[in-house]
Amino acid sequence: MSVIATSPVTASAARVSREEWVARAGVLLLIAWLLLTLALPLWALLSKSFQNQNGEFVGLANYIRYFSTPTLFGSIFNSVWVAIATTAIVIPLAFGYAYALTRTRMPFKGLFYAAALLPLFAPSLLSAISLIYLFGNQGLLKWLLFGGSIYGAPGIVVAQVFYCFPHALIITVTALALADARLYEVAEALGTRNARVFRTVTLPGAKFGLINAAFVVFTLVVTDFGIAKVIGGQFNVLATDAYKQVVGQQNFEMGAVVGMVLLVPAVLAFAIDRVVQRRQVALLSARAVPYEPKRSPVRDALLLAYCCVLALILIGVLGTAIWASFITYWPYNLTLTLKNYDFANFDPGGWSPYFTSLEMALATAIVGTTIVFTGAYLVEKTKVLPAGRALAHLLAMLPMAVPGLVLGLGYVFFINAKGNPLGFLYATIAVLVINSVAHFYTVAHITALTALKQIDPEYESVSASLKVPFWRTFRRVTAPICMPAIIDIAIYMFVNALTTVSAVIFLYGPSSKLAAIAIVHMDEMGASAAAAAMASVIVATALGAKFLHILLERVVFMRLQAWRQR
Amino acid sequence: MDSPAALKMNGNAAAAPPFLRVCNVIKRFGKFLALKDVSLEVAKGEFVCFLGPSGCGKTTLLRAIAGLDPQDEGMIEIGGRDVSRLPPAARDFGIVFQSYALFPNLTVAANVGYGLVNRGTGRPTIDARVAELLALVGLGDQSAKYPAQLSGGQQQRVALARALATSPGLLLLDEPLSALDARVRIRLRDEIKALQRRLGVTTIMVTHDQDEALAMADRVVVMNQGVIEQIGSPADIYRTPKTAFVADFVGTMTFLDGEIAGPMSLRIGAMELACPEARRFQSGSSVRIGLRPEEIRVRNLDSATPNRFAARIAALNFHGAFCRAQLEPEAAPHIPIFADFSANLMRDLAVTQGQRLTIALPPESLRVFAKS
Repeated sequence: MSVIATSPVTASAARVSREEWVARAGVLLLIAWLLLTLALPLWALLSKSFQNQNGEFVGLANYIRYFSTPTLFGSIFNSVWVAIATTAIVIPLAFGYAYALTRTRMPFKGLFYAAALLPLFAPSLLSAISLIYLFGNQGLLKWLLFGGSIYGAPGIVVAQVFYCFPHALIITVTALALADARLYEVAEALGTRNARVFRTVTLPGAKFGLINAAFVVFTLVVTDFGIAKVIGGQFNVLATDAYKQVVGQQNFEMGAVVGMVLLVPAVLAFAIDRVVQRRQVALLSARAVPYEPKRSPVRDALLLAYCCVLALILIGVLGTAIWASFITYWPYNLTLTLKNYDFANFDPGGWSPYFTSLEMALATAIVGTTIVFTGAYLVEKTKVLPAGRALAHLLAMLPMAVPGLVLGLGYVFFINAKGNPLGFLYATIAVLVINSVAHFYTVAHITALTALKQIDPEYESVSASLKVPFWRTFRRVTAPICMPAIIDIAIYMFVNALTTVSAVIFLYGPSSKLAAIAIVHMDEMGASAAAAAMASVIVATALGAKFLHILLERVVFMRLQAWRQR
Repeated sequence: MDSPAALKMNGNAAAAPPFLRVCNVIKRFGKFLALKDVSLEVAKGEFVCFLGPSGCGKTTLLRAIAGLDPQDEGMIEIGGRDVSRLPPAARDFGIVFQSYALFPNLTVAANVGYGLVNRGTGRPTIDARVAELLALVGLGDQSAKYPAQLSGGQQQRVALARALATSPGLLLLDEPLSALDARVRIRLRDEIKALQRRLGVTTIMVTHDQDEALAMADRVVVMNQGVIEQIGSPADIYRTPKTAFVADFVGTMTFLDGEIAGPMSLRIGAMELACPEARRFQSGSSVRIGLRPEEIRVRNLDSATPNRFAARIAALNFHGAFCRAQLEPEAAPHIPIFADFSANLMRDLAVTQGQRLTIALPPESLRVFAKS
């Protein structure tokens, strides 16, 4: 029985202490990273809002000035009512669409879901550009407005509805997909009318999802910069105020105050989401039987028609921008051309912002995925420093409550602070990557945690009993098992880093100008066709990455993950 | 609770120093005391079962021995070495979990060889060892498969082979059979026991299944609410349970309230019964009396048979090989007594519900426990 003798005790004892030491060092490094890239920039923003131009503490003076300046103060009202209007429109629309996807037997559900998710692959301002092409001063469909104007609040709301639709849809689909068939069977057995079943079973089941979706949408609208910038005209909102104060007037203190104001709805939404999620758990027991929709031709046909209309609008808005990018001179000469893609004619950088974006997004995906997954592993699977791991988790959840614009502002103040040894990073690609990793940390962290939690918790115990250090099991077992989640995280980071405007608008420099920022600039200069062209290139790249992802899953994983098959 | 001295091995094993010593171990989870001053010793080569209901601390004790959840106080010694403060990897054990925790992305062979790879031995040595182990558990032809392609019983055996690969001095089994269906469970029970005998590896198994514990263990450690209720051979535990808890948990027992009537007798209701165990208690004290249903006699009774009385069969429950009867003594109809009648007896005596029977409770089968 003893072909191989057990290893000497002293050697293994020494390695063990090294193992614990490595885990501890990992946790401490993770905390240090999160503090540096998240907590300190936010602290810089907070303290800036209490300082004057010379960096002296002035208490609430900046806030008092802000709230006594009607032009600034009014933006809060503008932002809030635009966000409420968008939420009120987008939630019912998304609920209907999600209901069709989850509770009917209509055909092509996958296709409809994919179509609705399209806006996720474009910068938010793309919808605004499209709207201008359709309803702007030179809009093809301007006559539909009967003399009204799309610029300002109406344009913002419509563009936001387009941009927020997939976000609201994902949440409502998840909420509606979780249904206990038994509840419906009981209701039916008791002879309940359909309308009452909907009111007493369906809606309560999706209630938390709807609340959550509403807050997510509200926050997205309040904190989005791109759409208001492009189509807002003279209509001031918080996000554009922050930009004007910091970039336009170099008034950093007032920018910091606006940033703090922007933080309020996001933090509120975050807190409510926490509460909602805690209560959602108890809703569906482990014994629930998944709901299978029954045949109902009339309902299915009606909802199919509804989905067709919405999907066509979503594709149409995206398509308009792409079409317009090939048009010679909108709307007078509609012949197709490629000259709008010759970016050198509109922007001194030419195509280089695009490649910078690509580089930045790739780096974000690689660096971000590595840090997030390793960090999540340390938090979930090691047993060292319990308080430290709890702190790391808390910090990792923080970005969810911090809009990109606010984080970007924090970075500006933090990096440029006097005496910060990291000042050399300003305007480099590195800082854009670090900022993006921090900005998109939470969703990636939750994805990694979810995948890790599904793994048998005893793998680490087994490794320890076999005297195998944990990093070996991490490399040989845990990471390979989690490969689908790791790729998900990488794609998520890549697409978001590619399309984001708000976080990076304050941070780029001449050598690190991104495609998304080039769009804003070309649009500012009136070169909207080139802006549309650049946006189309980003959409194509993001979609390409997604298709590559699907292909990778279908083909490569079939072979690499043969062990999944029975 | 027994004192540590009382837990020492009896017989020849007592001469050799114990392989595993657990001394006054205390484990807390927040305010909850999961192990309250637990002590025991296990001899080399012994198969010990920790038996108890869920939450009794048996898995906690196993994980403390493994070092996975270290104890808060007390000492643990494996092979004469104090490992109380050592992390799991510095202790010498192999472990099998209820979930098996097989690595799904590695083949059966790679799983078994997982702990061998970083020991500086060459590939050929490892391969030979893996083949040897797989043959040992009867899976020699499955080495290239992935865990998901195996049945539950086969996965369990792979986990066992992996735990044994590094030739550990101590094998820990954490409810290794609970995830399997009944038939496979009984077959694997015998296989594991035979393997353990053959290898002579000191083994501790945690289980909540009394049949499993009685069938497999050399000694059973019955635990309840963080303390050891009794340690003993399966026969000891079954025949002479020291506490009402052990009596109730291991096997079936009818409990009756009564009081000590004299040095050799006790009283249940209006009935006076002879019982040698009564002498352990003071006359007049109220006690609980335990009686296994299979101990009740109905055949070959005569006037000399002690504790003989008439009873009516109030209910009969069919269990296949036997019937469980609920008997009402005529002298005390409000005190039900359960009795197991074999299928044989049922046929011979043509037992029916409502029938009158003369039964006897053998004095030495009456267990007396203090009232808690």
